[in-house]
This record gives sequence, C-alpha cells and structure tokens, in this order.
Amino acid sequence: MQWMDVCSVADLQENSGVCALVNGLQVAIFYLPTDELAVYAISNYDPIGKANVLSRGIVGDINGHKVVASPLYKQHFDLQTGACLEDDTVTVPIYACQINGGRVQVDTRLVAPLRQLIENSTNTKQEVVSA
Amino acid sequence: MSIKQTLVVIGNGMVGQHFLASLVASPAKDQYDIVTFCEEPRPAYDRVHLSAFFSGTTAKELSLVEDGFFEQHNITLHLGDKAASIDRAAKIVTSAKGVTIHYDKLVLATGSYPFVPPVAGHDRAQCLVYRTIEDLEAMAAAAKTGKVGTVVGGGLLGLEAAKALKDLGLETHIVEFAPRLMAVQLDEAGGAMLRRKIEDLGVIVHTGKNTSLITDGETCINKMCFADGEELETDIVLFSAGIRPRDDIARACGLEVGQRGGIVIDNDCKTSDADIYAIGECALWNGMIYGLVAPGYAMARTAVANLTGEAGSFTGADMSTKLKLMGVDVASIGDAHARSQGAMVYSYQNGADEIYKRLVVSADGKQLLGAVLVGDASGYSTLLQYCLNGIELPENPDALILPHRSDESVGLGPDALPVSATICSCYNVTKGKLCTAIEAGCTTMDGLKKETQAATGCGGCAALVKSVLNSELAKQGVEVNTDLCEHFAYTRQELHTLVRVEQIKTFHELLIKHGKGLGCEICKPTVGSILASQWNEHILGKDHTALQDTNDNFLANIQKDGTYSVVPRIAGGEISPDMLIALGQVGKKYKLYTKITGGQRVDLFGATLEQLPLIWKELIDAGFESGHAYGKSLRTVKSCVGSSWCRYGVDDSVGLAIELENRYKGLRSPHKIKFAVSGCTRECAEAQSKDIGIIATENGWNLYVCGNGGMKPRHADLFATGLDKETLIKTIDRVLSFYVRTADRLQRTSVWMENMEGGLDYLKSVIIDDKLGLGEQLEEQMQHVIDTYQCEWKTTIEDKSKLKRFHHFINSDGTDDNVVFVEERGQIRPARDDERKHFNLVEVA
Ligand SMILES: Cc1cc2nc3c(=O)[nH]c(=O)nc-3n(C[C@H](O)[C@H](O)[C@H](O)COP(=O)(O)OP(=O)(O)OC[C@H]3O[C@@H](n4cnc5c(N)ncnc54)[C@H](O)[C@@H]3O)c2cc1C
Ligand code: SF4
Ligand code: SF4
Ligand code: FES
Repeated sequence: MQWMDVCSVADLQENSGVCALVNGLQVAIFYLPTDELAVYAISNYDPIGKANVLSRGIVGDINGHKVVASPLYKQHFDLQTGACLEDDTVTVPIYACQINGGRVQVDTRLVAPLRQLIENSTNTKQEVVSA
Repeated sequence: MSIKQTLVVIGNGMVGQHFLASLVASPAKDQYDIVTFCEEPRPAYDRVHLSAFFSGTTAKELSLVEDGFFEQHNITLHLGDKAASIDRAAKIVTSAKGVTIHYDKLVLATGSYPFVPPVAGHDRAQCLVYRTIEDLEAMAAAAKTGKVGTVVGGGLLGLEAAKALKDLGLETHIVEFAPRLMAVQLDEAGGAMLRRKIEDLGVIVHTGKNTSLITDGETCINKMCFADGEELETDIVLFSAGIRPRDDIARACGLEVGQRGGIVIDNDCKTSDADIYAIGECALWNGMIYGLVAPGYAMARTAVANLTGEAGSFTGADMSTKLKLMGVDVASIGDAHARSQGAMVYSYQNGADEIYKRLVVSADGKQLLGAVLVGDASGYSTLLQYCLNGIELPENPDALILPHRSDESVGLGPDALPVSATICSCYNVTKGKLCTAIEAGCTTMDGLKKETQAATGCGGCAALVKSVLNSELAKQGVEVNTDLCEHFAYTRQELHTLVRVEQIKTFHELLIKHGKGLGCEICKPTVGSILASQWNEHILGKDHTALQDTNDNFLANIQKDGTYSVVPRIAGGEISPDMLIALGQVGKKYKLYTKITGGQRVDLFGATLEQLPLIWKELIDAGFESGHAYGKSLRTVKSCVGSSWCRYGVDDSVGLAIELENRYKGLRSPHKIKFAVSGCTRECAEAQSKDIGIIATENGWNLYVCGNGGMKPRHADLFATGLDKETLIKTIDRVLSFYVRTADRLQRTSVWMENMEGGLDYLKSVIIDDKLGLGEQLEEQMQHVIDTYQCEWKTTIEDKSKLKRFHHFINSDGTDDNVVFVEERGQIRPARDDERKHFNLVEVA
C-alpha cells in the first residue's frame, strides 16, 4: 500500500463529500461518520455529465447500496463498487481510503474490488466483509 | 361502393354536438355526408357551466368542439345561419341565408328557449334571459351601471342566475310564483331550508308573487308590480321561468308536436316522419321534455345507433340532479315527492346545521324510490346507486341519512355495485366499462377520463369514478404507493405535519424517529425544504448542508461543466443605473458570461467554486442580496412599469411587486414560485402565467393563482377580485403557506390545486372562507418565515466554517482543469467536446 496523506478528518463534510487532488487525480471522498468504513473514495469525474462534480452529490442508500447521486443528472454511483445503478455499462474508479490517526489517507493505485479493498484496509472490522 | 347519403343536423348545441361526435366515432360514419346548421355565432359550448363565464372562463374554454373537428371529419358547418324551413316532400332544408340542402336523413337538435311570461313591460330595457354567451355579455354590461337585479323564477336555473347577479355585485332578489323555491325538485321542508340558507347569503327571496306589470322605476330603471299590490324597484329583470322547446320549424312542416310543445319522438328518437329525428330539449318523449343534458346525450346516442344500423333505444331517463347553488348543496333523486303508490318517507332535519334530508322508500322498505338532500349532499352518489340499480336497502334505511355518530360506515362502496351500474349518466359509462379501462392500464383519473369520458360532463360522478378506480387498483394489487421514497413511508405533506407537530429540527432526528436507512437525493432535499419553511434556519447550517441539492449547497446554479451561475435579487426588476454598473463591473472583473433572465434580472455564468464567495462579497458590498435562483423557493415578482409611467396604468405595479418580493424572498417551497404584477388589464407582466398573478383594476387588485409557464403551461385561475393591499397580502400568505404545507415534492401550484379534491372551489373555501379554521395559523407561519429572513450569502461569507467548502480541492489551491472556456460573441462559454480534444482530460481508468 502507498497511502497518501490528504487532509484531516475535520476537513471532511459529514454525510457529504469533498474533492481531493491525489497524484494528479481528482478523488471524491465521502464521509459517513456512523458507518463502519467511515470514508469512501471514488473518482470525482461524472462520466455521464462529463464534469468533475461527484463530490458535490447527495449521499444516501438505495436498496442497501451506499451511493452518491450525481448533481448534474442524478444517476447513482455505488460508493463501494463504482457501478452506476442506472446504466450497467458505466463504472467510475474507486480508491482505497482510510482514516488513520485523525488523518485521511488515499491509495490511488488500488482500484481493487471491494473485498480486497476492505481486507487491505487496516482499521475496519472483518464482519462487514460478508455484507 | 355505396353512394353516401346526406345527413343534416339542425342545431349545434350541446346535444347536436354530442350527436356529431358519437356519429363520427362510430364505425358507420362513412355512410353519410354531414351538414349542420348552427344559429349561434360559435359552435357548441358547455351551457351547463355557462356561469363559469363570469368567473373568467372564456368562450373558447367553454367550447365543446375540438380545434379542427369539423374539417377533420368533413362536416359542413353553416355557422351563424339558422335553418328556416323544411320541405318534407322534396326533402329540402332552406336556411335564413338562403342555403338549400337536400337531405336523406334529418336530425333536429334545436334545444329550447327561455320562457318569458307575457307580463306587460317584459320587453323593456334591461329585461334579460340566461341561456347563451350573448345573454351573459348583456348581463355583465347591464350590471356595470345597475345596482339591483331580480331573477324571476326560483328554480334551478333561477338560483344559478341569482348567484351570477350577486357575484356581479348587485343587490339580488328572487321572485317566485310558487310558494317555495325549487318547487319541482324539493318538498316543502326542503324548500324552506334552502330559502333560509340562501337568505343567509344576502339574497332576498319573495315567494308566492305574481308579477303583473313592469314599468318605469323611480330609484331604478325598472319597477315590478305584483298582483298583491307590492312593488319592487330593480335595474335588471332576469327571466328564468322555465324553458320551452324550439319546435316552430317542426310545427311549420307538419311534424307531430305535443299539446304544450315539443317534437314528439318514439323510442328510436324518430319523429312522425321516419326520416327525421329529434333529440335534446326540443324533443317530447312519452309526454316528457327533459331539461337536462344527460337525457339529451342518451337520445343523441340512440339516434346515432338507429342511423348506423346498431341497436339502441331511448326509454326515459333519470332526472336526478345534484347541484351546488350559491354554495348550498342541493340534490334530488327519483320520486322526490313520494308520488309512487304506498311510498314511505323518512326525513331528517337539523335546524342548527341547516340540513334537510328525505328518503322515499317502497312499501316493502326494500327499494329506494327517491330522495331530497339540502345542505349536505355527500350521500348523493350512494343513494343514486341504490335507486338506479335497485339495490336492496339495509334494514334501517334511515341510517343512510342520519349523521354518522358511530364508526359504522353506511356508504355504498364501489364493490357493492353491480358491473352494469351506470356510474356516469352524462356519458353512459357503467362500472364494467370503467373496470375494463382500468384493467387495460388506465390507472390515473386523467387517463380514465380521457379513455371513457366519465366525469367529463356535469362532473357529478367524479367522486364515485375515483373510488371505483381506487378499489380496482387495490384489487389488482397495485398499491397506490404515496411514500416519498424507500426511507420514509410518508407523503411530503405527512412529513411536514410530523416536523411541525413534533417540533423536529433536523433530518437526522426525523430519520431516527420516522424513517430508515441513510436517506437519498429525494428525501434529503425534501426534508431540507420542509425544515427551512418551518424553522427557517440557514440552509448551510451544520445539520442541513448535506441535505441540500448542489444548487442550494453552494447557493448558486450548477451548469453543465460544473461551474455555477450567480443571480442577485433585483426586486420587481427595478434597478438603478449605479447598481447596474456595479453588477457589470463584477461581471467584467471575473469574466462572467452575462445574460438577462426571463424574470427581469441578470444571470452571471461561469463562476468556479472558489470565485463564488469573492463575487458575492463584492455584490453584497454594492448593496445586492441573494436572489435565491438556486432554491425551490420564491424566484421573482415580475412587474410592468405601471401607473407611475404607463399612460394606461391603474395602480403602482412596480411598488407592489417590490413589496411582495421583499416579503416572500427566502421562502422555501415544494417547487419554485413565480409572481407577476400588472398595472392594468392589458397585462404586460403576464401575471396570468404565474403561480401568483396580480392585476390592478379600478376596484382594487385582482388575484390569480396556480398558473405557470414551462413544459406544460397553464393559465392561472381568478381567485379573488377588487382586493385592497392588506387583504391581498393576507390571502397570498395563506395560499402560499397552505401550498408549502400540503403540496407534494416538486409539485407546482397548478398541479397541486388540480389534484386537490374539490379543486379551486375547495382552495377558495380553505383560504377565503377559512373552512378548516387554519387561516391564522397559515398567516403566522408565513410571518415567522418573514421575520427570520436572512441573506443566505451574507451569512455565508461572514462565517469561515461555511466558506471552507468553496474550494475545488480540499488539499490544494488548484482549480478544475476540466473547466475550459472559449469565446463567443465577445463572452465566454464552456468548450464543446470537439473543441477540447487537445486538452488532456483527467485520466479515468
Ligand atoms: C345556465 C344553465 C345551466 C344549466 N345547468 C345544467 C346542469 O347543471 N345540468 C344539466 O343537466 N343541464 C343543465 N342545463 C341545461 C342544458 O344546458 C341543456 O339541457 C342542454 O344544453 C340541451 O342541449 P340541446 O342541444 O338540446 O339544446 P341547446 O344546447 O340549447 O342547443 C340548441 C342549439 O340549436 C340552435 N338552434 C335552434 N334552432 C335552430 C335552427 N332552426 N337552425 C340552427 N340552429 C338552431 C340554438 O341556437 C342552439 O345553439 C343548464 C342550462 C343553462 C342555460
Ligand atoms: S399592464 Fe397596463 S399598466 Fe402595465 S405596462 Fe401594460 S398597459 Fe401599462
Ligand atoms: S429551456 Fe432547457 S436549455 Fe433552456 S434553460 Fe431551460 S432547461 Fe436549459
Ligand atoms: S354524470 Fe355527468 S359527468 Fe358523469
């Protein structure tokens, strides 16, 4: 893992997103304080609206999937897989993300499937894996 | 193969038109070349709703003929031409303008004319009748100069005419020859109750009066002298003393007519000449003239069936009626007078609430023969179905008219009706027909109306049609799901109530108490809006930021490339040159694309997140405030220049617009709200296309509500007239608060009102008559929003913690390199895909 330090937890927006510049990539980081994983990172680029806006979408859940809704045309993107719920040909990249000692860290090399992402992550509990 | 026959229809009134429409819809329509004579200057219109003409419904809106109907179906229409004679031997019709036409088949649909008693002086000035649009125009003209109006005749139509006079602002009298009102439909007790109610409304009723002379008045234009020696000064005399069939043309060509008039027809609607039919109010069947539209329509369908070789006959019609007369519900069903042999009567009288009900039941107590309802006609549909379908009555029939003091329901649910039950008698739609349409996919009231025509005539059956729809949908397992989303099993209105009653201040609290999951982009902004309209805390407060749609979230309007546009408030569209220059300087400094909006303000495009607070700092220093263009909230109050400059102006439209815009700015609502104010009836501000429209008149402000432009434009409805400013503002306060409370998410005022059971009348009763007793509460709610107003931008730029989010990156001062502008007509615009090819897009994979 190559964790990049991004910002402090206090810089995040509760139940909402911010955008970070990591290795030249625009990464949308969402902060769900009551969630087990707490932070999720996906690409900030909305491939349907063709603009860097996903961090400004509304966060929520649809049928059990944690999602962000694009602020442009409202498609939902799964925060854990990057899949677009409305169009299964569209996926956005997802990145490993964690909170470590009050700092938010992202590893942009890791565009891994969910399971691997969680296994590699240091501060998460194992039981969520089965979910 | 066959040569077409010529079919001539004389009269293009309600029934004549229904005949044509049924004929062209039948498979045999190509058998005939169709010609119709229409004496009036316009083709058929809705006479039943004629009175709506006075509340602003136009002649065009009353029309029953779709644009292009005659052309599309190759029907020759002789408009404004009266058929003058019929030569039955030669089979030729000659018109007043000299047109002659040979017919193979002839249909008489000449209707009737208002009977004017041959009292001396009946033809004096301002002695009018009530049947055509021209009659109403004459009334409106006469009411301009007159003060007193008197209706002769206290029947259904007379009461309706009296309401029209009252609404025109005249002192109104009703003079009736019989000892009670609505003598045909009501018994004595019912008539007396109706009289009390109508007198309560300020109409003066004189019964048992025989007019002997109309002559010069002293204080008014006319004076009516009665047989008993009394006199009544009045400007307008409006005769509504019954109708007489227009059978002169039939009489002249030797067709059989009744002793007291009416063209005699048989069960096929044929006259004494087998090639001539008569339908509607001119026809006499079994000694009866039917003065209602539903039986006329049934005759029209019978004639069509006969002419096209289908089966069908007219065997009499039900004359039951339900009306709202001057706000009083009145209904009469079947044998209201208990004339049938052995009939038993139950009656219920409630003097306090002024309700009278009476049931007429068969000797064995099993069948309902008739009923009279005054003051509360809610049981009409149920009773009518008992009566028409011969459904056996419950053991204690009086339960049907006694007030419900227990939970036990006595209504006849739609499931209790046989498939053959006629639900809509105007268009002869049975329950079976409705069910078939519903099964085929008509799952909304609108769709069902279009498919079956049910509830599109007099409208009396609408409630029953709706309940059939709901019960069928429930049976199909189509759950009529009104949940806001998967997180809240409530409607927006219910959530609003929960927030208000339980004093809930945050989304989180509401979710814990009444919802599940995390929420989504539907419930979050909805609840955000409810909280804002109820408590009016800053929408970017800690608990609220994450609820807002991106526009609200950054207090600006997102554009296709992720940049934002900025719209400062320019109340009423009034702006000084200095302010305009200041605005221009900001636009220039930040190189913003600048455009004038449809709401009389200026939109500045192309601002990045980091620029927004800088731009707003300068705008606020120059004296601007947020325009709320980003919110579902009050947008603009557009105005014309009004009486200060315009030579036609009646009042200061700009002044009022500014006052209203400043009053309601910041109000969060289910959808955007637009206003406009015009300084006179020329309506340069287009107020009638707005949610709230106001037009100045000599008598005060006229208020229109629930209009909109956009995807599905709708004219606003006239809501109240001649208001002073204080009453106007109070009324708007109430309408808007009620809208905020009860509308669905993203529902404009038009759809909100149209979906309301009872529509405009109901809305009026809640707002103007304060039927729900909510008036004060609604005003208080609005006052709270007004008192807690803040410029959202001013608060934001003064609060460091709120400003943190206005950067593209949380960890860098860099900007979004995907935002690329090119120049066009001297200003910027986002680059198109083909123009940005050479840029290296952000790597995505
Ligand atoms: C104010 C008002 C309220 C009413 N409310 C209700 C209600 O609530 N419910 C209800 O059921 N009914 C109501 N009615 C009655 C209803 O309007 C009539 O039953 C219906 O209009 C009858 O239709 P019709 O075609 O027979 O006659 P009309 O609609 O009168 O049409 C006859 C047409 O033929 C034309 N005509 C006549 N002679 C000739 C000729 N020789 N050549 C060419 N044209 C000719 C006439 O000018 C007229 O346009 C109301 C009527 C009025 C006036
Ligand atoms: S609506 Fe009347 S007052 Fe206003 S600009 Fe037009 S003509 Fe003048
Ligand atoms: S009409 Fe269409 S293109 Fe024009 S501003 Fe509205 S949504 Fe955009
Ligand atoms: S009964 Fe008149 S519209 Fe249905």
